[in-house]
Amino acid sequence: MDRISTIHEINELIENSEITYEEVTKKYLDRIDQVEGKVDSFVKVMQEEALESARKADAQREKPHSMIFGIPYGLKDNICSEGVETTCASKILKGFIPPYDATVSSKLKKSGAIVLGKTNMDEFAMGSSNENSSVKKTYNPWDITRVPGGSSGGSAACVAADQVVFSLGSDTGGSIRQPASFCGVVGLKPTYGLVSRYGLVAFASSLDQIGPITKDVRDCAIVLNHIAGHDEKDSTSVKKEKEDYTTYLSPKIKGMKIGIVKEYFGEGLNPEVKERLMEAIEVYKQLGAEFVDVSLPNSKYALSAYYIISSAEASSNLARYDGIRYGFRAEKFDDLLDLYKKTRSQGFGDEVKRRIMLGTYALSSGYYDAYYKKALQVRTLIKEDFDNAFKSCDVLLSPTCPTTAFKIGEKSEDPLEMYLSDIYTVPVNIAGIPAISVPCGFDDTGLPVGMQLTGKAFGEKDIIKAAYAFEQATDFHHKRAEL
Amino acid sequence: MKLTKEDVMYVADLARLEFNEEEIEKYVHQLGEILNYEEQLNELDTTGVEPTAHVLPIKNVLREDELVESLDRQKALMNAPSQDKGCFKVPKVIE
Repeated sequence: MDRISTIHEINELIENSEITYEEVTKKYLDRIDQVEGKVDSFVKVMQEEALESARKADAQREKPHSMIFGIPYGLKDNICSEGVETTCASKILKGFIPPYDATVSSKLKKSGAIVLGKTNMDEFAMGSSNENSSVKKTYNPWDITRVPGGSSGGSAACVAADQVVFSLGSDTGGSIRQPASFCGVVGLKPTYGLVSRYGLVAFASSLDQIGPITKDVRDCAIVLNHIAGHDEKDSTSVKKEKEDYTTYLSPKIKGMKIGIVKEYFGEGLNPEVKERLMEAIEVYKQLGAEFVDVSLPNSKYALSAYYIISSAEASSNLARYDGIRYGFRAEKFDDLLDLYKKTRSQGFGDEVKRRIMLGTYALSSGYYDAYYKKALQVRTLIKEDFDNAFKSCDVLLSPTCPTTAFKIGEKSEDPLEMYLSDIYTVPVNIAGIPAISVPCGFDDTGLPVGMQLTGKAFGEKDIIKAAYAFEQATDFHHKRAEL
Repeated sequence: MKLTKEDVMYVADLARLEFNEEEIEKYVHQLGEILNYEEQLNELDTTGVEPTAHVLPIKNVLREDELVESLDRQKALMNAPSQDKGCFKVPKVIE
């Protein structure tokens, strides 16, 4: 495949009449044909519809249009697209055809972007490896014996494998950033409330955010421009003046204050990952950034609080899957109650049931204060930690994950071990702030390492600026997985 | 925190899930382990700390009480596993 791979590069080629939109879409569909058997990023590929949209784009190319006009992308299978089966990789939603578009889907549609397919994920976004998909496993394009991360594993893998130009994922505790890190691509979780969640199948409503997965930081800013903004259909989306995130793409960051979270460089961090991060810090020093040490003393409690809060919200959100209005219904049952139980027990996978059980327990009479209320209080403390840290710096620098991509099956039998993969990403969701993962090198076996830059609420401009400056000073984002 | 078989069965009923013996045993073990991990939250003194259910200071988002188009009946029913006369169909609930 030629090195046309980013939104901005394709726009240049189109402008110079070197390629048509149909040729672009065809290239990506051919690539899917070639490598999908190895990577398995998609639960559905929409070949015909995509080609038709691309031909329409060519017919309208003379009209003024957006940067993402005619650009092929992947949509995570928990984001609704009217008329296209959306299952969250769960048996319980098999056959569900959304009668409406998610706000992000309709925004991208209006801008002219072309969906190539729905991407695989951990069932209901619960997982860190894509091994919890009820459809199939997705494989890491850098090493197909390893997981792509999760839960947006398909969305990260399809970008890393050049099957699409960009994709959308969702992030509840790291589900965009962790797979972006494992697959060597850029992944952004926006501030809670920046992007509408309307039409995103809810997992944990107070933590979920939709965000872009891209090849580089410029593309990330471009896609964010097209999905951000207030939406009347999501009352938790924030009314805010529109920003053009591409204006923050400047290689000059002299004087920027970067906080190093001391708790994130200790026990549990793989030495090679740590080395790459230390090298990244050197790059920033060369660029004239100033470093300050900061502490997030309560971050070690973030994972515990997260699993209570997210599971509690999930147990409530997933109560709607009862076999009455949509999706799967058990074939045999005695009465209504039995219909609910059989449908849910046969329709949900292991991890989803485990979280529903944990959440139901935490919300049940007698345990509510001890678990749920306690977790919400800890959330306050974690949020205050970040507020304090940002008094002395603009962004926080840390690893995205403690390790590089792990082997398929390595952690699938031990839920707690799997949860630890999200230890640096989860606190960000708890505080509702934005963070981006960018490639910052490779380990000895050639697997990508990710660096996480965290900003204050609605501080996307700071992390995009810091990420872009780093990217311009390095060439990790130009390396491609060999398939 | 020691979880019993009865606890698991009680919570399963609340969650409208059912499990076989083997699965119940598995949950006693796995949920017990996760709850043990959760015990570390008790190291923190949270007396007087306000709980944060939501990070945004948005409250009571209202709109004008105007009629807007809602989902068309046909579309609302198109995914139903069973329907009859324009309604979702469920097993008989009244004796």
